[in-house]
Amino acid sequence: MLEPTDVVERSDATAKAKDTARTPSIEATQGDNRPFDQAEPMAMENESIKLEVSGLELFYGAERALKNISLQIPEKKVTAFIGPSGCGKSTLLRCFNRMNDLVDSCRIEGKILLDGDDIYAPGVDVAELRRQVGMVFQKPNPFPKSIYENVAYGLRLQGVKSKRILDTVVENSLRGAALWDEVKDRLHDNAFGLSGGQQQRLVIARAIAIEPEVILLDEPASALDPISTLKIEELIYELKDKYTIVIVTHNMQQAARVSDYTAFMYMGDLIEFGDTDTLFTNPTEKQTEDYITGRYG
Amino acid sequence: MKDWFKSGAPWIWLNGGAVALCIVMVVGLLGLIAIRGFGHFWPADVLQTTIIDKNGNEHRILGEEVRSEVIPSAVARDGGYQVPDDVELVTRYLIKQGNRDVSARDFNWYLETGMGEWEYPADAMVIERREWGNFYGFPLELKENGETLVTTSSPEFWQELSERVERSVELHHEINHIEKVDIGRINHSLERIRLERRRLQLQGADSATMAEAEAQFAERRAELDAQYQQVKAERDALYEQLERDALVARVASGTQVTIALHNIVRVTRPNDMGVFAKLGQYLERFWEFLTDEPREANTEGGIFPAIFGTVTMVMVMSIIVTPFGVLAAIYLREYAKQGPVLRLIRISVYNLAGVPSIVYGVFGLGFFVYFLGGSIDELFYPESLPAPTFGTPGLFWASLTLALLTLPVVIVSTEEGLSRIPTTIRQGSLALGATKAETLWKVVVPLATPAMMTGLILAIARAAGEVAPLMLVGVVKLAPSLPIDGNYPYLHLDQKIMHLGFHIYDVGFQSPNVEAARPLVYATALTLVLLIIVLNLTAIRIRNSLREKYRSASD
Repeated sequence: MLEPTDVVERSDATAKAKDTARTPSIEATQGDNRPFDQAEPMAMENESIKLEVSGLELFYGAERALKNISLQIPEKKVTAFIGPSGCGKSTLLRCFNRMNDLVDSCRIEGKILLDGDDIYAPGVDVAELRRQVGMVFQKPNPFPKSIYENVAYGLRLQGVKSKRILDTVVENSLRGAALWDEVKDRLHDNAFGLSGGQQQRLVIARAIAIEPEVILLDEPASALDPISTLKIEELIYELKDKYTIVIVTHNMQQAARVSDYTAFMYMGDLIEFGDTDTLFTNPTEKQTEDYITGRYG
Repeated sequence: MKDWFKSGAPWIWLNGGAVALCIVMVVGLLGLIAIRGFGHFWPADVLQTTIIDKNGNEHRILGEEVRSEVIPSAVARDGGYQVPDDVELVTRYLIKQGNRDVSARDFNWYLETGMGEWEYPADAMVIERREWGNFYGFPLELKENGETLVTTSSPEFWQELSERVERSVELHHEINHIEKVDIGRINHSLERIRLERRRLQLQGADSATMAEAEAQFAERRAELDAQYQQVKAERDALYEQLERDALVARVASGTQVTIALHNIVRVTRPNDMGVFAKLGQYLERFWEFLTDEPREANTEGGIFPAIFGTVTMVMVMSIIVTPFGVLAAIYLREYAKQGPVLRLIRISVYNLAGVPSIVYGVFGLGFFVYFLGGSIDELFYPESLPAPTFGTPGLFWASLTLALLTLPVVIVSTEEGLSRIPTTIRQGSLALGATKAETLWKVVVPLATPAMMTGLILAIARAAGEVAPLMLVGVVKLAPSLPIDGNYPYLHLDQKIMHLGFHIYDVGFQSPNVEAARPLVYATALTLVLLIIVLNLTAIRIRNSLREKYRSASD
């Protein structure tokens, strides 16, 4: 079905991940080798399910970008999507807050349930859905406003006018995003004055200000330096106490460090989904093993 | 040589040469306008000399040298002048002699042949008058109510003269104020009473209401009449005072002339002035040029109404074109379905920019003035018909026509600006639960404001310099009053205005006195260029501060 030569790109991060990821995978070959059956989603013992995807198909025009995806995302855990470029992991992420609606040629079949309700059912208020499912993008994208106004933006959209409430929420969100101490003296400065890492944390603060239930992170650290990346990862670790987090990443080390569950995707297929430790140490599928050991990707 | 071509150096020289040529042309153009324009206000020395006319008679002349040129003597001989046979080329001088009331022609060419020594008598005086143009001559005496007050032999003569001229200028100013402001207000009120009465009649009010209204109108009219009588008495008293003084002067040929002081704007003796006195005079005249109203068929005085009209028109145009252009651009870029129809619309809009401006003028006259304006008059101003209110060229229609003319520029720049806003910023807003409209108005449009300002800058530059369409839709040679004044509704959109561009055309090519008008053409052109630069700089400053605000968003 797939040839290693089909895949051309491999980021440096992935290359580095190869060395660390290979060792455990060799050890794990003696372990339980339970085959992964995609048609029957992995049972999540002791987890309540936040998002449930069943039989999801996505087309860009005639191109089939996601093929019969089914998986369950547990509440208040970090779930990571990994896979080579163009495998559909960002596309899948964007299905959760219907960002794909912005693409004219995009068509979706199947179901995505948020707390048991189909988010693609007719009559769903997309703006309301996006308030429940926040999103942070690859490149920091603060608005051309002050730091304060960036964080208050979502609340102002909801019609909150009280200065007291706004002040409280802005402070709590910035604290929640571990940015408060750095910006508390210049809340009314332009957000563009912040560094890239600070901007990305500001965007996270902006997302949590409207208290979503799920936060989608689309390669949130790929444009940042190592120290900023570390801060974002620490932040993700803290945020999972309160939010369900889904993260797309190119960096397998990062997925291994921050996530509880990991899904490996390739060419629009969900190849394997499971507990992060198990997936990295003892992958069921040959393709997964090839990818995490750096044979392609 | 081949290596030189290979090195790319010729290409750089070619590019550099093109830039240099552009700079030379711009600097040359502006320099010429600036020198001719600014030079006009410098008080020139007054020369006195003798010339011999075609018939061999000697005349004494007095005036300013305007310019000189060398002509073949054959031409001069053909013109009837007596030039010695051995002379091939002669110089002739254009002398501004003024005194149109005495000698009919104020600019004359004189040959150097037979011309006497040039002298600069210290008491030669130049009088700027309200009528008949400049007067060049020598003072004799000052009269009050026909009685001689002082003569030039008295040491207080000049002191006395300048005080009395100042007084009469002051009186003139007061009279002008009364006529323009007070009487203008009374006339305005009377006209409104007439219109109200007419409106009642048109509405078919019954006789009882009509009678009641008539009584009220009569009362108000009587009040205004009383006011008018009072103001008129004041004015007449001032006029009487104004008639008091007169100056007796002698022209170069010896004729005595009496000039009423109320006809005098300024008396100077340039030959008797130092550099600093001339500089003061220069600034005074330049200031007068910028702030005063035109005299003598626009060939003298100032151009203030034209500056005011141009600025007002550009402002009104900006207020109209910005929302239109921005809304159209937002629809085209953000909402309309991209496809062949939209492409067609876009091409049409872009091509509007290439339509000759006179076509807009014709369209403005036919559609805006006659059709729209005529309909507005029928609907809202039936009481003043058959005299049109909006059904005649005016400020609003001129601004609207220019807005149409500059619309493509604003649309194109705004669209460019919108397309440069990064999608990540839009998505960031949408991901926070904003609708498309909220995203547009709170994030995208503020980010595109620098681009909109760029469009507006280009629009202003184009509109302020446009003349051809304006001649059809609202600009006139001489407007009786400014479009903004103290009478309700303060901004008179229906009024005709003066415009610097048209003023240049009018003064330069429609003037009865070409020589007198020539320096004013340069000065007015200079003012127009400076005005456009000022308007542009203001807009550029606003844009740069906006850019600074949204600095790295478009990186």
